[in-house]
Amino acid sequence: MDKIDAVQMRLLREVADLHDVPEGAYNLRANGKSVGRNTTASIDIQTKTDVSGIDIRIKDGTKNESVHIPVVLSESGLKETVYNDFYIGDDCDVLIVAGCGIDNCGSQDSEHDGIHRFFVGKNSKVRYVEKHYGSGDGNGKRILNPVTEAYIEEGSTMEMEMVQIKGVDSTKRTTIAQVGRDSKLVVRERLMTHGVQIAESIYKVTLDGENSGADVVSRSVARDSSYQKLDLCVIGNAACTGHTECDSIIMDNGRILAVPSLEANSIDAQLVHEAAIGKIAGEQLTKLMTLGLTEQEAEEQIINGFLK
Amino acid sequence: MLELKNISFGAPSEGKYKEIIDDITLTVPDNRFVVITGPNGGGKSTLAKLIAGIETPTSGSLIFDGEDITGLSITERAKKGIGFAFQQPVRFKGLTVLDLLRIAAGKTLSVSEACGYLSEVGLCAKDYIKREVNASLSGGELKRIEIATVLARDIKLAIFDEPEAGIDLWSFQNLIRIFEKIRAGSSGRTVIVISHQERILNIADEIIVLAEGKLSQKGPKEEILPGIIGSGYATNVCPRMEGGAKNG
Repeated sequence: MDKIDAVQMRLLREVADLHDVPEGAYNLRANGKSVGRNTTASIDIQTKTDVSGIDIRIKDGTKNESVHIPVVLSESGLKETVYNDFYIGDDCDVLIVAGCGIDNCGSQDSEHDGIHRFFVGKNSKVRYVEKHYGSGDGNGKRILNPVTEAYIEEGSTMEMEMVQIKGVDSTKRTTIAQVGRDSKLVVRERLMTHGVQIAESIYKVTLDGENSGADVVSRSVARDSSYQKLDLCVIGNAACTGHTECDSIIMDNGRILAVPSLEANSIDAQLVHEAAIGKIAGEQLTKLMTLGLTEQEAEEQIINGFLK
Repeated sequence: MLELKNISFGAPSEGKYKEIIDDITLTVPDNRFVVITGPNGGGKSTLAKLIAGIETPTSGSLIFDGEDITGLSITERAKKGIGFAFQQPVRFKGLTVLDLLRIAAGKTLSVSEACGYLSEVGLCAKDYIKREVNASLSGGELKRIEIATVLARDIKLAIFDEPEAGIDLWSFQNLIRIFEKIRAGSSGRTVIVISHQERILNIADEIIVLAEGKLSQKGPKEEILPGIIGSGYATNVCPRMEGGAKNG
């Protein structure tokens, strides 16, 4: 990783918890170029020839291995769209860590749009962690528009942890999933916006297989004058169970539009949605103040806990 | 030592100004276990909130260890060593029992120290330490965690507002044990409990009866308790409930 500078290293720490070269397979992308790659006997990474991006192929039976594919942008004015496809075989148990950090100190907008597609085989377990982070004090915006698509075959579980806590000016996050027989999708999204940021998060999960399931939970905080739109939709086409939950805290002049929706196309589909938006309860602040915290410290503790 | 000097507190109610606490003057010396009782709506909870700084008196002053704390915020009073256990504990999504105990202790509490406080309130620590303080906890569990947050603090004055309210009988019997223990080990710590329960009144050094915002009686337990037993504000646990629990 000798081509990675200090700013990029900091971004890598934020988005992928990386302090050094990761173990296992990885592909590091900095300012539009691949700057490091490692493959293993079970995990192959190839550069796409038609568009910008990579193909990641994970062999059947790969267990306890990980793939890191973080992206960092530290040049102002860089705009890119990257297509990454993951082919996960049968009987796998893998961790995939993606994420993008943008540092924009310049006046031009920087944008990274990552389109990730997951093709998950049979009886596999995939844990996917995606963190987005922005920093830099320039006027140029930091823009991330990730698209995640997951096609889960049979008897598999995919867990997605999607985190965007700081510094991204504008984001439109789209997640589409098709869940097959005896398979399950679990999503835990955590979103915080501040300043005049705008975030849109869209989920469309289709439960196609018998005994398929989805549990999509989004927790978000909108501070200052930021705006969020949370659009969580689950469609049940078979005997399945689906649950969506948007739970949001608004502060200052923050605004949130939550649009949870359910569509049942089978008599045996069981779908539930919950949505709640509100400010921090006064009694919560009072309780923590009686324990010796200032109002501001109490607020931070409540938010940190909520987004943990 | 806590001194209340001519404390009054009023608020608008149904278009009219209502005096909720009316010119109360009282002194609570150190190392005492004081129980405040009285009819519902008599101002007990308001008085507790005035001491903790959650409400501000319309007139009068509060002196704590010789210092006028009337103008101090909740946080400042907490830092001076005043602790408060709410009648209806608040739930927090995402904050765990351990997080809350650490905030209460104001330091990095080890897991075993935190477990110690939970054991004191009769909760099996390993089952609770990582639980979120959210709607998954029962009223009785929350109440005991609330008490544990006060025990975890280094305080001089602890106020418990109806610690028995809304809890089941089994938890109630545990609660009595907790208070007996606090009572036995309360050297250096003054405890004020708001309660109607005879069994809590029975372990008091001193009983204060508050009615219509005024101090109606105050004195040693031996003097006050016999006169109020059987009234609405020195009640026993419902005998039928107790019998039912035994049979169950």
